[in-house]
This record gives sequence, C-alpha cells and structure tokens, in this order.
Amino acid sequence: MNVRATLSNPRAIIGATILAFFILVAILAPVLSPYSPTDINFAVGLGPTWQHWLGTTEGGQDILSQLIWGTRESVSVGLLTGVLICVVQLVMGVFAGYVSGFTDTAFATVTNVFLVLPALPLLIVLSAYLQGSGGSGSTAVLIGVITITGWAWGARVLRSQAIALRDRPFVEAARVSGEGRWHIVLSHIVPNMLGIMVANFFGAALFAVLAEAGLEFIGLGNINTVTWGTMLYWAQNDEATLMGLWTWLLVPGLCILVFGTALGLLNFAVDEIANPSLRRD
Amino acid sequence: MRYLLRRFAVLLLTLWIAVTVNFALPRLMPGDPVQTKLATIPGISPLARQALEKQFGLDTHQSIVGQYFSYLGHILRGDLGRSFTYFPSSVTSMIRQSLPWTLGMVGFATLLACALGCGLGMMAAWRRGAAGGNRNSRLDTFLVPLGVMCGAIPPFWLATLLVYFVSFKLGWFPVGGSRTPGAAGGLSGTFDVLKHAVLPAFTLTLVSLGGWVMLMRNSMLTVLNDDFVKFARAVGLPDRTIAYRYAARNAILPVFTQLAMALGIVVGGQVFIEIVFSYQGIGYWLLQAVMNEDYPLMQGIFLIITVTLLVANFLAEALYVLVDPRVRVEASK
Repeated sequence: MNVRATLSNPRAIIGATILAFFILVAILAPVLSPYSPTDINFAVGLGPTWQHWLGTTEGGQDILSQLIWGTRESVSVGLLTGVLICVVQLVMGVFAGYVSGFTDTAFATVTNVFLVLPALPLLIVLSAYLQGSGGSGSTAVLIGVITITGWAWGARVLRSQAIALRDRPFVEAARVSGEGRWHIVLSHIVPNMLGIMVANFFGAALFAVLAEAGLEFIGLGNINTVTWGTMLYWAQNDEATLMGLWTWLLVPGLCILVFGTALGLLNFAVDEIANPSLRRD
Repeated sequence: MRYLLRRFAVLLLTLWIAVTVNFALPRLMPGDPVQTKLATIPGISPLARQALEKQFGLDTHQSIVGQYFSYLGHILRGDLGRSFTYFPSSVTSMIRQSLPWTLGMVGFATLLACALGCGLGMMAAWRRGAAGGNRNSRLDTFLVPLGVMCGAIPPFWLATLLVYFVSFKLGWFPVGGSRTPGAAGGLSGTFDVLKHAVLPAFTLTLVSLGGWVMLMRNSMLTVLNDDFVKFARAVGLPDRTIAYRYAARNAILPVFTQLAMALGIVVGGQVFIEIVFSYQGIGYWLLQAVMNEDYPLMQGIFLIITVTLLVANFLAEALYVLVDPRVRVEASK
C-alpha cells in the first residue's frame, strides 16, 4: 500500500471522505438524531416541516431520526460483513494457497462450487430456510447468509496471489527459520498483498450493503430493526409514494447509493494503486 | 480434450453437490415445516397427501437414504413435484410458463448492457491509455465514477421510483405486470408485451452497465501496455486498426467469460426488479414461493437456476479453448 499514491488519488479521497462522514453519523447517532427512531407519537404522514425535516412515516415516526439510526445499523452491518468475508477469504484463499497440497485442493474445490452457485437466488433461498419470510429474522443470520454467498470470488483471486508469493525467497527464508504456517501467512504473505485485500474488503462491503438492503426490502430480514433497507420495506408496504411521502422512499435509497458509491470508489482506487498497469501517474 | 474432460468431471461433481444441497436444505430446518405446510393444503385427501409426500421425496416409510435416491430419480426424470400454493400445477409447468418472460426481458437487458458497457469501456481506455493518449482524458475521468455509481444503485429502489414517476405520474408505461390480461395477439399484442418490458429492462441495463464498463476498461488498459501494441504503432498502423483489431480483440476475453456467467444467471431472473414491476418471470415466482413457503416450487426454481448456470459456465470454458489459442496450448499440456 502506497500512502502517497493514495493521498494523490482523487477517487480515493472522495470515497474516504464520504465513508468517514457516514461512520461519523453512525457513531454520533444518539447525539445527532432529534427524536427516538421508534417513537410513534408524531402526526402521521407529514411532509417536511421545521419539526420534522424529512417528514414522518405512516406509522408516525420521524424519518430523519430513522435515517440517522438506520445509518448506524446499515453501515455497521455492511462493514462488519465485509470484515467477515475477508476473514473467510483469508482462510479459504490465502492460507490454502500458501499451504498447498490436500488442504488447498479441498478448499479450492469448495471455492469453485460456491463460485458457480448463483449468489442472489442462493441468498434468498438460504434466508427463507433459515429465518422464514415473516420479517422476524435476526441480524446475525442475515450477516451469516451474506458472508456465505459473498466470499468465493475474492478467495480465488487471493489464492492465486498467495501461490505466486509462496516460493519467493523471503517466504522460503521464514519457512526455513521454522516460523509457523499462520505466522508466515499473516506476517509475510498478507503484507505483500495488502492492496488487493483492502480492495477486496471494499468490494465485499459494497456487496453486503446492497444485499442487506435487498433482503430487508423483500421482508427477509428483521422488519422491526431500523435500517435503510427496512425503511424502504415499510415505505413500500405503506405505499409511501401514493401518499406523497416521497422523502420516505427517496432518502434511504440515496444513502445506500452514496455510501455504496464511496465503497466502490475506494475499491477501484485501491485496486488502481496496487495494480501498476491501471495507474494514472 | 483431456482438459475438457476434466472440466466436465468438475461440472458433474458440482451438479451433484447442487442437487444434494437442494435436497438437504429443507431437511436441515428446525421442526418439520414441510409436514406442517402439507397439512394446511386445503381439501387434500390422505391419499393425495401421501402421493405428494412421495413426489417430494418425503415418504415417511422410507429412510433418509431412500428418500435421497427417490429424489434423485424424480429429478432425472424431470419431475420436480407439484406446487403447494397452486396445488395441482406441476413445478415444471410453472417454470416453463415464466421462463420465456425472464429470458426475453433479462436476456435482452444483459446483452444490451454488455454491448454498451464494452463500447464505453473500450473508448475510455483508448483515450487514456494509448501512447500519446491523454492521461487525464475527460471521458475516462467521468466514466469511472459514473460506472461505480451505477453499480451502487439499489435496483429495487430505482425500480420503485420509476414505477411511481414514469408509470404512475406520467403514465408512459404500465404500472406492472408482463402484459395486459386478455390482450389481443398479433402486432398490438407484441407492442403491449414490449411496453411492459421497457422499464424493467431499462432498470437492469442501468444497474449492470457499470460493471461492464469497468471490466472492459481495465482489461483494455492492461492490453494497451503490451509490447505488441507498441510494435503495431511503431510499424505505423492507423489508430483505429490498433484499437479495434489488435487491442480490443485481446481485451474482450475476460468480458467473454463474464458474459457467459451473466447469461447463465439470466435464467435466475432478477428477483428485485421483477418483484417491483410484478413482472412474472422466474425471479418473481421464486419470491412468491419464498413468501408462501412453497418448498417444491422454491427447490425446483433454485435447481433450474443452478443447473443452467453450471452448464453455461462449462460451455464458456469449452468455447474459451476455441477462442483463445493460448488456453488451447495450456490445456493440451
């Protein structure tokens, strides 16, 4: 990872700024939010007013407060799932590629199977089996299902990188000096492919944010939590557009779009910095 | 040839795993939702229920191994059982009815997005990456963030907005469905079908466009660094010839693989888009099955999607050998 190259890449800067903004909103949600997101004691279906900047829902909740708390939930689920996917990729891709032999063959076969299973239908079918379609699912299962469907592609890329690094002299030296396998992977292999791993993380987080919102929108998450996805679920369910409550539908989707664009820009920029043939300089 | 045989063996292995997962999933669920569900089908006789259990491979007199083999047997005969919700209809016939809608709309949008994306990606890369090209090409500078943004649009959200603003407010297109019920055949019927497909296809094209642009752009930039491009320039070939006949031809290979994957996924429909537009393709019915806990329909659709994707993948690999001489040499080793 080249710090100077990152700081002079406009896409990286824009992406990082947006990401930092959303993380800040997520952390400061209790301070920023004017009301409780679950308070249902406001007038129903208000347009934007001075008390309610984005209006209220059909259920009498303040949309701005929901959006701010939803940011906390959606951003943390997205980033946490991104991390989990990276951990799976580390084991299935990097570790397997390094140790080679039977472990590698077995893990690579599993990766190839997951690679050709259709991600979106698998996501929906797994969620349906694991938590039913009643909208009472748990966030933990949601994260688990997204992790299971989202790791394979990156694992294959990381594996080929790990294989390329496996026989390099410095890794050989570490092996001869008797370092453990995981120690070699974490302190010699990973630092040399950090760029690709970071790019992968942002790609995985983007997948997770879109998958979470999509599953919640069709009622396969927990509709009682407040997230961008469940806000859209309720907006669709209560026919927000027909009631003229367009902020209710527009704003959560815009948040997903902007946050997702930030993750996508970072994914692209880091990839560009790590891969010289795409670089701009 | 040995390469293809090996790929074919992997295909069979993956197919078997997919079928087995499909068999195992409902049985891994806590409780026995399938039995509970069976009991709720209105007006079903004990005899019909037993027949249904058999068809679903749930014959309680059989061991789990027996169930597994009778399930495999049914699938090999193309029998996917009957839907719980639309009881007498067989899953196969329901899939056959919804498949043309998905193939037409999703297939067209996928090809359109791929063609547009490749063209744009190629132009962006050429403007920027060619020797003497502009490193700060305006096309490239704008196209990259726009492409990234396309990929971050939640498809169901865009679809909902389009239904409201374009269909409901402006009245330009139907609010939903895949055709007007009872519409006449012939030319006006065709027009009616097309009108229903415009917005879903537009949504899908827009959200998938970015991926194609990025793939082609990055692939083309990598190729433009190759020596043969420098050589072609040194020899004095015209720019157009270098861009289209030399660089793009090499850069298109990863796109080709991706297109095969994408066409394989077409059969799966686009659940989110089909749902919002009530477009009655495979994705729409998959979600209906999920909502109604219609396990045979859900299993059947998932199986069809998986099998098609696997076969498409295999065909792509086989074609790849024909298209790219380097792979052919690699493979024959």
